[in-house]
Amino acid sequence: MIAEERLIIPKKTSNRFLMMIGLGLVLLVLGIILMMTAGPAHHDAHGAAATGHHAVTWYERLMSNLWLNSVYFTGIAVVGLFFTTVQYVAYAGWSVLIKRVLEALAYFLPVGGVIMILVFLLPIIFTGHNPLFHWTDHSLYEVDNANYDPIIAGKAGFLNLPFYTIRMVAYFALWIFFAWWLRKQSVAEDLNGGLSYYDKSIRISAMFLVVFGVTSSLSAWDWVLSIDTHWFSTMFGWYVFASWFISGLAATTLTVILLKQAGYMKMVNANHLHDLGKFVFAFSIFWTYIWFSQFMLIWYANMPEEVGYFTERLGGYGGHYTWIFFTNLVVNFAFPFLVLMTRDAKRQMIMLKIVCIVILFGHWLDFYLMIMPGTLRGESGFGLIELGTALTFLGLFLVRFTKGLTSASLVPVNHPFLEESIHHHV
Amino acid sequence: MTNKKYVLGVFDDEEVLLHAIPNVRAAGTKIYEVFTPFPIHGIDDALGIERSKLPIAAFFLGCCGLAFALWLQIYTLGVDWPMIIGGKPHIALPAFIPVAFELTVFFTAHGMVLTFLIISGLYPKTKTQVMDHRSTDDKFVMAIEVKEGKTDMTQLSNLLRSNGAIEVNEKEINA
Repeated sequence: MIAEERLIIPKKTSNRFLMMIGLGLVLLVLGIILMMTAGPAHHDAHGAAATGHHAVTWYERLMSNLWLNSVYFTGIAVVGLFFTTVQYVAYAGWSVLIKRVLEALAYFLPVGGVIMILVFLLPIIFTGHNPLFHWTDHSLYEVDNANYDPIIAGKAGFLNLPFYTIRMVAYFALWIFFAWWLRKQSVAEDLNGGLSYYDKSIRISAMFLVVFGVTSSLSAWDWVLSIDTHWFSTMFGWYVFASWFISGLAATTLTVILLKQAGYMKMVNANHLHDLGKFVFAFSIFWTYIWFSQFMLIWYANMPEEVGYFTERLGGYGGHYTWIFFTNLVVNFAFPFLVLMTRDAKRQMIMLKIVCIVILFGHWLDFYLMIMPGTLRGESGFGLIELGTALTFLGLFLVRFTKGLTSASLVPVNHPFLEESIHHHV
Repeated sequence: MTNKKYVLGVFDDEEVLLHAIPNVRAAGTKIYEVFTPFPIHGIDDALGIERSKLPIAAFFLGCCGLAFALWLQIYTLGVDWPMIIGGKPHIALPAFIPVAFELTVFFTAHGMVLTFLIISGLYPKTKTQVMDHRSTDDKFVMAIEVKEGKTDMTQLSNLLRSNGAIEVNEKEINA
């Protein structure tokens, strides 16, 4: 009988998470005040670059950052659930020892859901449209209006407020429900043992994978693709999923390493890290593959309705995003590809740790590149607002994540494949 | 042609074999090779076999493939016979990436097979001597080279039997 292992978060550490949220909020407010006071001067300096667009206000910048971080962290959370279900459906044995980390990631989902629904709905309730989503402006759909946009009006069957809101609530309802349902089996298995929970988990997982197959693409279209309302890409659902998945894998691997270094998860050995490292390595390449498939076809065909997305990011707005465009590839492809190529790099904690941190930052930047050009045009930046929002979200995420980690044993003591995982050898 | 003589310990269980290996090695006997019907986890470590250097060859073969692919496309499409295709520059790198990727994989895959055959000495018409045909069915065979005058046959036989070998045979191989 293998003993339970309870993670205890010292008071100091959990206070640090709360301080992270506090500091983030302070920086955020400071950033907003700075931007309010410096607003007009900012406009003059960049007036020429932003021809045809009004200057970006602190409100729009705040909204974009809230959205960016909620999409990013919600993605990591749902990937925790997704990867757990994949392990169940594949009858995987190796991952049993790290399963509780994956389950705990999904604890952020309710928080992410509330924030996203509020960030979407509150501006619509108070101002009539959401500055993140051009299509929420109702004048675009009125034929007699000067703003009438036939392309966007043609998408009204899908992009309309009631249907969008229903979809968003449905994604979160389904994801949270499945996360809760699966977690319930997992915790009950710890207490009572037997195979019935495992069998049930497999059935739940199979159902979730069908749900996620649809909702992952739909949510990517809704949350990210619809920002650039005119543009479309059939790769986009996969692209966002790939970015989420690699971020989730990096977060899992990093957590396992940090827990191991803190003296927990002693049964996790180099073989498990090797497998996680292979996942991180493989899915960095997978993301690049998807990225390139989307980029090359659009670049080659060079059709005006498609290529605008990339001209904005590559040289557009006076080259504002060009460096991020290339940094994105270096950080998320070249770096993990070259560093994690050898077997030793995947088996040693230090290399894996560095790569995971770089990837987590890199994919935040990837989402930045997806969201900012469509919302802030050429006036995005990296300032106190970005730092503050990211810190607040990270703090919130860690509070929920550690809650998930501490609320059950780190070792699923009655999992039928536990022995196999302990003796895992590659 | 010199003949080499081997002592073959035949085992019928892989767990027994896996435990026998360190004992036989600890007794100072050098194991020539172990033949098994299927791969056994941990046997490489038990036998003290070093990790293959094939991945290093793979990396350089991949680099060769990438370099060749880029040279081929840049030279033919950009230098030797420049043509405008789809309004793109003569040397349009994004368009070259799929071919560069394929040739990298091609060189790595074929190069690794060839490298493997060469370092394993598997040239055409090489005859492989099979120590015991049952090692392709249900038996696990440990082969130990006999050095004339140096190897104490009775002691070796006892060592193998005490570690679970069900038979101990001898075989001469044309080297």
